[in-house]
Amino acid sequence: MTLQVVRPGMLSTFQDLGRVGLQHLGVPVAGAMDERAHRLANLLVGNPQELATIEVTMTGPTLRAESPCCFVITGANLSPTINGHPIPLNRPLIMRAGDEIAFGERRHGTRCYIAVHGGFALEPVLGSNSTYLRSAIGPWHGRALRRGDELGLLRTFEPGRNNRAITALAMALSDIEIYLPGPVALAARRRVRVIKSAQWREFTPESCVAFLTESFRISPDSERMGYRLQGPELSMTHPRQMLSEATTFGTIQVPSGGQPIVLMADRQTTGGYPKLAYVASIDLPLLAQLGPGDSVQFEAISLEQAQTLDVRRVRAFADLAVALAPIKTLLTNH
Amino acid sequence: MATARRPTKKATPAWAFRPQGDRCLSLDFGDKISVETGLQCLAAATALRDAQLPGVTDVVPSYTAVAVHFLPDTLSDDKVGAFDALCARIGEILGAGLPEAAASSREVDIPVCYGGRHGPDLADVARAAGLTEDEVIALHQAPGSMVFTLGFAPGLPYIGVHDAALNLPRRAVPRTAVAQGSVAIANRQTTIYPNVLPGGWHIIGATPLVMFDATRAQPALLMPGDRVRFVPISDQDFDRIALEQGRKP
Repeated sequence: MTLQVVRPGMLSTFQDLGRVGLQHLGVPVAGAMDERAHRLANLLVGNPQELATIEVTMTGPTLRAESPCCFVITGANLSPTINGHPIPLNRPLIMRAGDEIAFGERRHGTRCYIAVHGGFALEPVLGSNSTYLRSAIGPWHGRALRRGDELGLLRTFEPGRNNRAITALAMALSDIEIYLPGPVALAARRRVRVIKSAQWREFTPESCVAFLTESFRISPDSERMGYRLQGPELSMTHPRQMLSEATTFGTIQVPSGGQPIVLMADRQTTGGYPKLAYVASIDLPLLAQLGPGDSVQFEAISLEQAQTLDVRRVRAFADLAVALAPIKTLLTNH
Repeated sequence: MATARRPTKKATPAWAFRPQGDRCLSLDFGDKISVETGLQCLAAATALRDAQLPGVTDVVPSYTAVAVHFLPDTLSDDKVGAFDALCARIGEILGAGLPEAAASSREVDIPVCYGGRHGPDLADVARAAGLTEDEVIALHQAPGSMVFTLGFAPGLPYIGVHDAALNLPRRAVPRTAVAQGSVAIANRQTTIYPNVLPGGWHIIGATPLVMFDATRAQPALLMPGDRVRFVPISDQDFDRIALEQGRKP
């Protein structure tokens, strides 16, 4: 009933939709960087969207199954294989006892998500299975996966005397057609959409123009807490001290050095730097799939547009859950 | 001359709404740190948390604002966007004014071992403030300190507002690692580092208490609105209490 961690990869952690409700105690939300890929992974193996998945960063782990189970990989394409044979993203597949999934070259994206049907056997901490490494808060001793870890699975399939039943299940799964509606698929956009902040007009006109027209490079020290951007220097017309206040996933703040920082999943709950803009929630997954060295450009949209896009995606996921019901039925009844 | 009486007309709300991206909005109560404004924020935050609005995930008070994090799909329908819908609901809950703005009834004693190995910056602070070390400690213990907000790390409190004599800017060069429990001041405020963290405040002492423990029913020792009393303790008391708290030496 376990997945064995043969190799952990660069940074593989359990994440869910975040540890909400405790930000007033200074507890960061954490959670999946690419919420879109996380939700999709769960739906593709017949899980509720909020179950924990493994978030894999840049270099994937090698995992060996001890009993047959159903899994899927979504998000970045890190050349996944099963027993050395390439496997597709966004397709639920069966691992048999002894099978190994591994990863190779990073083709596009930065983070992929591994979900298993039924979920992992985890003890939530403060109501969530998200891992916040800085304070070691999270289900798996608050840490990333290590070599030798044995990850419990809540649902595996009986191997039976022969593998016929498993083969039949694998065949039935591969016969199910999967269409991802537009809002659920990751659009290949050139520009990340942002909403201007209340302090936008306090920045110099040159800074505002530069922010929306020039390219920024994601610096090497960018990670789950925040992305540091390198580009034209941004400044306020009359620099002033800000009081510390709540931050959000996607807040773009500008410290006195003039190089913006985009706050990501592991952001601190409060911050005191001037805020230029906020990444629209719809494009946070796009940003989460960029990595150090990638460049990014921004485009302003209105708050109303951002909310419409966000709501459209959430509803598309609800519709997808209905459309994928055959997968759930097939796996649950096996 | 007649005594001036405030006309009893409907008061305008004490806050302004401000969107923070598409999943958060802030209620702004002003732009200056004061106990009065802090209490307003806490009262509003408590009322909003108690209301348990569907779609609202977090209510985060800070010095002059309350942030309300929400999920737009639960709040919006085809006609009204989430931001407008939530502003309307908040307006209904808070009315035109605010519920009684009072500090929490909790008064929490925080034992502090001042100076020495636990407070490496105490002498510098005294020199910068033109006071003796004992005078700094006395001012720091003066009654009326309150937790305004928590942030930066789980369970890390921002406590104020101290006497104007303790109005020091942060250190020019922050430390990369401040010891667990360090009690540090800057800008008339105190913070306490729940674990080893980088920090630029002046360390005047340390508490042996565990500020945050995810396994406790109340993980954070201090909560917004708590009144705080700093109680001086000796080096020996520090070690004894730290041991009782199960803290690693």
